[in-house]
Amino acid sequence: MTKVSRRRFLQSSAALAGGLVIPFWLPGGNGRHALAQAPKAPAVPPNAFLRIGKDGSVTVMIKHLEFGQGVTTSLPMILCEELECDWTKVRYELAPAAPAYAHTAFGMQMTGGSSSVWNSFDQLRTVGAQARTMLIQAAADQWKVKPADVRAEKGLLIGPGSRRMPFGQVAEAAGRLPVPEKVALKDPKDFKLIGQPTRRIDSAEKVEGKARFGLDVKMKGLLTAVVAHPPVFGARSKTFNTEKVKGIPGVTHVVELSGRRGVAVVGSHFWAAKKGRDALEVEWDLGPNAALSTPELVQRFSELARTPGKVARKADNAEAIKGAAKTIVAEYQVPFLAHAPMEPLNCTVDVRADSAELWVGSQFQTVDQGAAARTLGLKPEQVKVNTMLAGGGFGRRANPASDYVVEACEIAQAVKVPVKVVWTREDDIRGGYYRPMYVHRVEVGLDSQGKVVGWNHAIVGPSIVAGTAFEPMLVKDGVDGTSTEGVADTPYDLPNLQVMLHTVDVGVPVLWWRSVGNSHTAFVMETMIDDVAAASGKDPLQLRRELLAKNPRVLKALELAAAKSGWGSALPKGRARGIAVHESFGSVCAQVAEVSLAGNDVRVHKVTAAFDCGLVVNPLTVEAQVQSAVAFGMSAALHGKITFKDGKVEQSNFHDYRVLRMNEMPIVEVHLVTGGEKPTGVGEPGTPPVAPAIANALFALTGKRARALPLDSMQWT
Amino acid sequence: MYGPRVFNGNPTMVKFHLNGSAIDFSASPDTPLLWVVRDFFDLTGTKYGCGMALCGACTVHVDGEPTRSCMTPVSAVAGKRVVTIEAVGDTSQAPIAKAVRAAWIDKDVVQCGYCQSGQVMSAIALLRKIKSPSDADIDAAMSGNICRCGTYQRVREAIKSAAASLRKA
Repeated sequence: MTKVSRRRFLQSSAALAGGLVIPFWLPGGNGRHALAQAPKAPAVPPNAFLRIGKDGSVTVMIKHLEFGQGVTTSLPMILCEELECDWTKVRYELAPAAPAYAHTAFGMQMTGGSSSVWNSFDQLRTVGAQARTMLIQAAADQWKVKPADVRAEKGLLIGPGSRRMPFGQVAEAAGRLPVPEKVALKDPKDFKLIGQPTRRIDSAEKVEGKARFGLDVKMKGLLTAVVAHPPVFGARSKTFNTEKVKGIPGVTHVVELSGRRGVAVVGSHFWAAKKGRDALEVEWDLGPNAALSTPELVQRFSELARTPGKVARKADNAEAIKGAAKTIVAEYQVPFLAHAPMEPLNCTVDVRADSAELWVGSQFQTVDQGAAARTLGLKPEQVKVNTMLAGGGFGRRANPASDYVVEACEIAQAVKVPVKVVWTREDDIRGGYYRPMYVHRVEVGLDSQGKVVGWNHAIVGPSIVAGTAFEPMLVKDGVDGTSTEGVADTPYDLPNLQVMLHTVDVGVPVLWWRSVGNSHTAFVMETMIDDVAAASGKDPLQLRRELLAKNPRVLKALELAAAKSGWGSALPKGRARGIAVHESFGSVCAQVAEVSLAGNDVRVHKVTAAFDCGLVVNPLTVEAQVQSAVAFGMSAALHGKITFKDGKVEQSNFHDYRVLRMNEMPIVEVHLVTGGEKPTGVGEPGTPPVAPAIANALFALTGKRARALPLDSMQWT
Repeated sequence: MYGPRVFNGNPTMVKFHLNGSAIDFSASPDTPLLWVVRDFFDLTGTKYGCGMALCGACTVHVDGEPTRSCMTPVSAVAGKRVVTIEAVGDTSQAPIAKAVRAAWIDKDVVQCGYCQSGQVMSAIALLRKIKSPSDADIDAAMSGNICRCGTYQRVREAIKSAAASLRKA
């Protein structure tokens, strides 16, 4: 039996307008806020996810952050598949931070690792089935028939004879019934909604300018803060000219952050705060990173790569390459990368006597709630976190250090009125928490037939999780798995593969960036495999087939991409194809890129992608996510780099941190591998293969092998 | 509206039209139009993305021309008609706005949606000038609008689809 009392159901039923079938499990108030204060979730909290109004409207609470990936549609699809409601009456609401909304595998509320759909799949199907069962029971009670004689279809309850009743009519009565503990879920072959191309339910508000993002939060008396961050990571403010800044019209406060890690200028609106910050002159103690320089880091990493590191994967015989007939040695480098989501980082905080409220597009509600509580001297349950729509994120809003959230809390506490901290684009590009830069050194030994006999692979770079709460989970024997994923667990059958890792802290804050370690390891692995093909005189597709013979799932995606791209067929002069395949987040994506050169500019005309993400919930979203992942990967492949000179980031905005634009977007054709039984990752796996597919196409075109990204830093002609 | 009100008879008052209403704006005349509409008139559909006219998220129409409001001081729109995403459907551009939005929804263009106000405003301005835009026309008109979700392919399809529906109408 459920732990939720009947009285509580009634209380919350009454409190919410419109009637509801599975009400919140907390008494009183608006569910949004009540939930955030909940000290503990019940063991089975399905009720936090669904409301059915007397008008038949179905509202699904979205526990994940919506930042483009389409959870506002795919998660309701999962629930409504079992509910048998009328899809046209489905709405979404973003869930606040609350224990009920924890990730079913990771135990905290978060969005990341391409896991929103798979971790919600059974959870939301169960909620839908429970609600349907309750509705059927309530209708059966009313009609005085057996529940077995009642079924639900498109928002209608259908009983014996001509008995018909819309969900809304029985919603309140159903809400008073106990939640059934065990419900049977549909056989996937009976799915009607899951698997159907379904348009997003949040499109209209987004094309009308009505969707509210974190940056759009408005409230009475709200001030805006713009922060002068240190010009060098780890620098500390020494002195600054408060009086002059306070003289600027609209500026209300100048606040130094704790640890002297920045100075906030607060104003009655953004432009006042921005002008105030522009007028702010801070003298900084630059600290230990004042000499940081990218060429120096490359050299340091490169030297380390030639020395033994921590073993991430041990070869049966690491000496095997010594007897090789031919050896390929290559050193790669990939730069730091900013996430640069379209919506610059922001967080609104209202601090009250014994509570606080946050409005933020967070991938890490639980972490950010805890950090806000610590900063403000409150308990987590005293901090309400309202999840806002986010204008992209790509990992940047999942920071174990909650950097901009803590910053906003400190400022709000100092000014004692609600404040919205807004980062400018320059703050974002220069603000750290980058995809780390890495150097790889790879030595591959081939026998006289061109077969791989050994593969020694060294990776050098900063660790994303070292020093964070995630370290115990993700670092094993000194090896941060996010640095080596995609190499140490390669699907290729490579004899004597040895992987070593050197973790280096260079004082630059680093973070996961769409596809995490795979964002660089796929580039290295897939261009090296291409190299092996060239060295052994084999077609790149054929060599991959041979090395993937024992991995039918990866092979299937590869074959599909090759077939759909017309691999091997003639192309116009000046064009070439490259192929790559990579497994990540439980999914496989293979891509064939078709490229040409216009002077030294790389043109990508078409990317043919084959994608196996298991059971597909919404093909329309999956296609969009692969196109998105390709575009995101292409920004980095062609242009992306964050570099340092004299400790400072050299880039600042979209003119020098270039991202893909309309005129550079290829046609991305997405072919889904069907027949999967469970959903696997969608948002990220399309990013890793695109850089190597393009690089391999450029090799086919020019004979030049890219060993560094971005590709626009290379002389192709 | 929660925006700060600064109508205090400042001699540098800027007079312009915003979404059909006559405005006397008397805060600092160097305030970018973007922050005027967002912070003083609570029109948050127009987005901040870069502050340097590099990304197009802040695109509004000034006398019908697509304009990056983040780099346009309010003094520069004196006497002009400014239309934001919230009102573009109520102007003479209504048929185009309607067709563009319908196409955007039909082609399932949006992802995070943050840049889409700007994309839609640029697309409306394009279709006002060019009834049947080629790929090159679309590149020229839309390459100033960055989408980090990479919705470009569907944006292109939606523009062509909207153009086709307007030709039929």
